Amino acid sequence: MNSLYAELQWLPRAPEDFSKRLKALEEADDRWLGRELKGLASHALDLNQLTRVAKFVKRARTEGKSLDPLTPFRLAVLAGSTIDMMVPALTASAVRHGIALEIIQPSYDQVAQEALTPDSKVNQSKPDAVLIAIDYRALPLKLSLGDTETSNSTVQSAIAFLRSIQTGIKSNSGSLCIFQTFAPPPEALFGSLDRGLRGTLRSLIDEVNRELTEFVVGSGDVLLDVAALAETVGLADWHNPQLWNLAKLSFSDELIPLYADHVARTVAAIRGKSRKALILDLDNTVWGGVIGDDGLEGIQIAQGDARGEAHLAVQRLALDLRQRGIVLAVSSKNTDEIARIPFEKHPEMLLKLDHFAVFQANWNDKATNIQAIAEELSLGLDALVLLDDNPVERGLVRELLPDVAVPELPEEPAFYARTLAAAGYFETVAFASEDLQRAEYYQTNAKRAKLLSQVDGVDAYLCSLDMTLAFRPFDNVAKARITQLINKSNQYNLTTRRYTEPEVTEAQNDPNVFTLQARLSDIFGDNGMISVVICRPGAAGEWEIDTWLMSCRVLGRKVEHAMLQQILEHARVAGITRLVGIYRPTDRNKLVADHYAKLGFVRMDEDASETSRWELVVKDAEPIVVPMKVVSEGFGGLTGEAYEVDAQQHVS
Amino acid sequence: MDEVHIYERLKGIVPDVFDMETAELNPELRIEDIDGWDSLSHVRLILTIEKAFKIKFLTSEMGNLQNIGDLVAAIKSRL
Repeated sequence: MNSLYAELQWLPRAPEDFSKRLKALEEADDRWLGRELKGLASHALDLNQLTRVAKFVKRARTEGKSLDPLTPFRLAVLAGSTIDMMVPALTASAVRHGIALEIIQPSYDQVAQEALTPDSKVNQSKPDAVLIAIDYRALPLKLSLGDTETSNSTVQSAIAFLRSIQTGIKSNSGSLCIFQTFAPPPEALFGSLDRGLRGTLRSLIDEVNRELTEFVVGSGDVLLDVAALAETVGLADWHNPQLWNLAKLSFSDELIPLYADHVARTVAAIRGKSRKALILDLDNTVWGGVIGDDGLEGIQIAQGDARGEAHLAVQRLALDLRQRGIVLAVSSKNTDEIARIPFEKHPEMLLKLDHFAVFQANWNDKATNIQAIAEELSLGLDALVLLDDNPVERGLVRELLPDVAVPELPEEPAFYARTLAAAGYFETVAFASEDLQRAEYYQTNAKRAKLLSQVDGVDAYLCSLDMTLAFRPFDNVAKARITQLINKSNQYNLTTRRYTEPEVTEAQNDPNVFTLQARLSDIFGDNGMISVVICRPGAAGEWEIDTWLMSCRVLGRKVEHAMLQQILEHARVAGITRLVGIYRPTDRNKLVADHYAKLGFVRMDEDASETSRWELVVKDAEPIVVPMKVVSEGFGGLTGEAYEVDAQQHVS
Repeated sequence: MDEVHIYERLKGIVPDVFDMETAELNPELRIEDIDGWDSLSHVRLILTIEKAFKIKFLTSEMGNLQNIGDLVAAIKSRL
């Protein structure tokens, strides 16, 4: 079974303590209950978990608890098969989409009776919509192989049956009807001829689907394209004859979570909750590589480059979405001018700056930036989707702005576009020419939105990442990687001093030179080496920081602060009383202009070439609490004995 | 996998299906006596067990599952 769809892989996996968290909601205050439930339901849940969420919702409703801000919706479900297993999944999936669903379920297999009888359970309940969840077995279809006339009248009888249901519901309760298209069974009678020959089951169902689509769309009712869904996962996986025989399940239980999510999307769309804007990360999302480090020539978006084509597919999907009225924005951790370069200069880019209503490229956290984007577009957070390859960024936005949809992405970029499409955030039930203009309504000048106050909770999120920063001096094992970092870092690089490998070896072996390499790991895995520092003796009692560079991927996590703590520890042991930092500006490293100021250094002077020197008196340095565990090993050299500095404790 | 291991795993699976706190399983416990049982949750139990143990029961086998002991034996025979 294709797991992207069956397991709803755009949703984060259910937490290990799901049962505990659901139970804990029994004590939740009415003000938070709806919100917390939605958070829990926004994971990929299996049928049992969905059933438990639905039971909870039902109980909460009978106890008179408020489910705000979930929007109430009463849905009647007519079916000719067993839907008892599927109904709770509908309720739970609707929570995920901001809907508090109440389901009216009449007795088994009473489809026509319920629709046509004025005082039936369904009609009396005055539902907001009626889902006609019937499958092909409910239609009066008879084989009439090669017989055009009989085939036509068979199709017309089926359509008449469906129309009578529609008429019955409309005249008795006035509810909106949600009709499903029909998934044909995979068993063919001839083979290829089943499609072309009139009167085979496949061609009869094809014709019914075509005519059904026409009359539903024309009448203002809603179509749920189950045939397309079944085709997407595969008719052989959709239909399970053993389960039909056993319990009259019209499709495999394994696809109930997927089907339920599609019904929920449709209900949410009816309530106007379709999302309206797509926010794109740039590096490794819209192109392969990092523009700040790899430069225009280094990023991958070319036709003919396998990696590049994956990212072009993301651009193409974004453009197509824009064409149907979805607004595009950018949220990227990059210097603004550098982030704009590929759009302005790369010949293979499909996306251009004027496709974006807002273009946020800066070094602030994405939650604060996305809030600014929402403000600028006058859209609620629940209208936004963020596409980002970085699980740390995804986690941050999900945690701090839970109303924003953030799909999980697979490791392989070739599947990014498909995953975004599969999530169906932009599903709508109506499309008008005005929608085509919507993207234009937002002045497409790639505006920079003004940042408002920072979103709360970033520090707490960082602590939840379980980060460990491991420090070592330079050593032979890491030498190649150290040399690589020194030579390819451009953005977070204070002096851009380049070293050959022999020069790195020299620094490593010089007892008067302090060298530092840092590796960062977090709950998502090992980020490898992310920072390098070299301190050289200057005047007496002084270390000059000759090299300080860091991977931009770990910006905003207080790694620089932890690095400074580490340098100070070793400085004290070595009897150093002053640290002198140097900033040599280039056209790539403007981002670190205030690096030393941020760390508490004081500016000393500025020479003619704009290189600035900054000083920090070691004994005056304030200790800083950092949101990570710090491990320090291998520093025998300076004092002749090895010692370890432990987590957030400070030697003063 | 032996019967003891199967029991242990069932203790984790059965509460998920029937929304119970813990399962005090013993071979004589009749499945239909479990609180919250109906014909549909029975099907859900079978399906959940099939997925958890990566096995498939024959339709003909499902009718013979009266108590937990029958269930354990059936699972063991399919592993």
